[in-house]
Amino acid sequence: MSKQTTRRVLAEYAYKPSDVERGYTGQTLYVNLSDNTIEAKPVTDEMKKKFVGGRGFDLWLLWHGVKDNTKWNDPENEIVISSGPCGGITQYPGAGKSLVASISPLTEVVIDSNVGGHFGPLLKFAGWDALEIQGKAEKDIIVVIDGPGGRITIEEADNVPVDTHLVGHWLINEMAETEEDRYYMSTVSAGTGSEHTRMGCLNFSLYDRKRKAPRFKQAGRGGIGTVFRDKRIKALVVNSAPVRGDSNHPADPARIARAGTKLHKEIHDHDDEQCRMRRRGTSYLAQIMDDYDLLPVHNYKFGTHPDTPKINGDVWEARYTQGLPDGCWYGCTLACAHAVDGYTLRTGPYKGEQVIVDGPEYETIAGCGSNCCIFEPWALLEINFYCDTYGIDTISFGTGTAFVMECYEAGILDQEKTGGLELNFGNASAAVELLHLMARGEGFGKIVGQGIRRMKTYFAEHFGADPAFLQDIGMEAKGLEYSEYVTKESLAQQGGYGLTNKGPQHDEAWLIFMDQVSNLLPTFEDKAEALHYFPMFRTWFGLCGFCKLPWNDTQPPDNAETDEPAKIPEHVQNYVDVFSGVTGQEITKEDIIAMSERVYNLQRVFNIRLGHGLRDHDNVPYRSQGPVTIEEYESRAERYDKQLQEILNLAPAGMTTEAKMAALREYREEQYEKLKDAVYERRGWTENAVPKVETLKKLGIDYPDVVAVVEKHL
Amino acid sequence: MKVLSYDPELCTGCYICEEVCSETWFKVADAEKSSIRIRGDGQGILSAVFCDQCGECIAVCPTEALYRDKKGIVRLRKKLCVGCLSCVGFCPQGAMFYHPDQTQPFKCISCGKCADECPAEALTIIDKN
Repeated sequence: MSKQTTRRVLAEYAYKPSDVERGYTGQTLYVNLSDNTIEAKPVTDEMKKKFVGGRGFDLWLLWHGVKDNTKWNDPENEIVISSGPCGGITQYPGAGKSLVASISPLTEVVIDSNVGGHFGPLLKFAGWDALEIQGKAEKDIIVVIDGPGGRITIEEADNVPVDTHLVGHWLINEMAETEEDRYYMSTVSAGTGSEHTRMGCLNFSLYDRKRKAPRFKQAGRGGIGTVFRDKRIKALVVNSAPVRGDSNHPADPARIARAGTKLHKEIHDHDDEQCRMRRRGTSYLAQIMDDYDLLPVHNYKFGTHPDTPKINGDVWEARYTQGLPDGCWYGCTLACAHAVDGYTLRTGPYKGEQVIVDGPEYETIAGCGSNCCIFEPWALLEINFYCDTYGIDTISFGTGTAFVMECYEAGILDQEKTGGLELNFGNASAAVELLHLMARGEGFGKIVGQGIRRMKTYFAEHFGADPAFLQDIGMEAKGLEYSEYVTKESLAQQGGYGLTNKGPQHDEAWLIFMDQVSNLLPTFEDKAEALHYFPMFRTWFGLCGFCKLPWNDTQPPDNAETDEPAKIPEHVQNYVDVFSGVTGQEITKEDIIAMSERVYNLQRVFNIRLGHGLRDHDNVPYRSQGPVTIEEYESRAERYDKQLQEILNLAPAGMTTEAKMAALREYREEQYEKLKDAVYERRGWTENAVPKVETLKKLGIDYPDVVAVVEKHL
Repeated sequence: MKVLSYDPELCTGCYICEEVCSETWFKVADAEKSSIRIRGDGQGILSAVFCDQCGECIAVCPTEALYRDKKGIVRLRKKLCVGCLSCVGFCPQGAMFYHPDQTQPFKCISCGKCADECPAEALTIIDKN
């Protein structure tokens, strides 16, 4: 770092950054905040061979760091950050992701969350394949990793701000002397909302050279920001030597460059006519989801709303600053990380300030917008900005608020219980005020900040609500709030959300179009195969440091004519070439699946070790499977009646709505159980969702401590 | 602004321009390191690929390494370039090049060496406003 610190240094560690060789530095950094230990750990060949990097390294380190009974706020819980061997290459779009893992305050099992920004790659170029933080500081601290200076410090941080947009500016003012110093620095931070809720997120910064300001991408899911503030961390700071095209020292740069320039050209030639990601990011999905009755509206009751055009992609295309290279890592020409510049905040502690809003992206638009029946762009910008700077996950906030709004309209809540907030669907001002209350940990905001699973218990115990109804409409599974897709008509996607390791997040599988629209998965075996292949394929991105979007949000023009268009075969080959080009390890597309299976199965065993991870834990709320209320059934009565007639041979004309709902529910819940059986079998698990010993042996992860966990359940 | 101009009617396909360019900038005679490429269509029709200084690459560069100098020529600040090759894929002319030996791309900056050496006078430097 350029400037000398005046903060009290609690611990210091001198080192010489290892050279990166074929994507690896060969060591990970361990920091213990309880006793101020800082040390290097070697990356073994076994780690690279079996777990690759990224989420694989995170899980491996976490597995060895915690105990069977470790809770999210125990000192031995860890936050582990790793990018992966391909993370930090600049030639292939979407190759700068960081993967973060911890034991979650929401789910009480392992959460993994992927995020853009520069921290992960710069951490590697500062000499570390992963950062593993354990322990709990007595006072607020920052951890500074100074690669060029060869120095790591734990420093007291009384004067460092907490809210993320302030942290970003603080870093620049405090540690960078020149404009160029800013380029290769990055922070991880949370916010005051992370201190007072269980749904805290982490913000990973990047310095935007054209805007001359820091920007932030979020590791949103599962409350890792909450763990971060519980450990009393205000910021992690890294800087590295200047990034170059060969900083990752790949085995075969030409092979990577060929794949990368081909994809750059493909995006240049076709993005405008395909998804227009370069102009409007993921925001365009709102109208598409609405068109297919898949956009969550009124807490997932419905899939469409006439006001959707007010928050659709073209609205945001007009608001996002255009013509800037909005990649969250160098060389991502898909450039979906758009921002609204110069937004003047209307509420809260920063009211009147002009800020950059990073987004909004689809999940925020759907979760905080349509799902809460809020169709006012100002409110989405306000919520997006404040969620980020407070360190609150927009998905958990949006889905949680939608749940609260339905409870309010159902009479479970009233103004007395909410402290005066009129939380009807569509009340944007009340939703924004709720967010401020959550960040401060005050009043009703403190309750909502605990997440839907705990709200269900609280509303039943304190407000006399019907627990069964709350279970049906509360859109969480495993304790994690759903991301933003209506799954009622896609059994495969019900499994895509439910039969997951971390909870209902679509990064494992998004099968709705394949299943519901194109009918490509007609049998249980087809669905099970898809629920094997796609979660494994997508897991692999997180092992290597890749983003999922350049895989299928841009497509070769002849993709539809290939044998398996859903897999985007040409892009899969690109990944084979890039991975082989980086590591020098020649792989096939089948190897991609095998690599992921090891990590995926270890994560399932990890959940079992922590007391979850079995068949019953894969249950989902009925709102994700079918209509919970009469209003909901009758809004799509023609569809449901037809299914009763054609599938169950019933005569809906002579049935009451209640009877029809009961028949449909029995059928759909039974289908989901059959799906579980088929998927568990395909994955090599028992009927109770436990990986079999023979599966662990086949994958080469039959370590004694891993086998010991599953044997208790066989 | 001075830009390179090419007349296919005069070009004999001798490829001296490619050699001159790579010798000038990379000290080696290697057509793959030339910022001008002469292409044939197999039917005897020749064409040339080189930068016309349109500047579309400037907007796609994430590090502001590409810029237009005072004379209007699009140039690369090597100190800032991270070698992402976005400009290679986004050049409408296909005139931003890279080579496995280099981590950074390269392009024609209208130096005129090839025009000086072109025996057929097919290449010239012209003023383009």
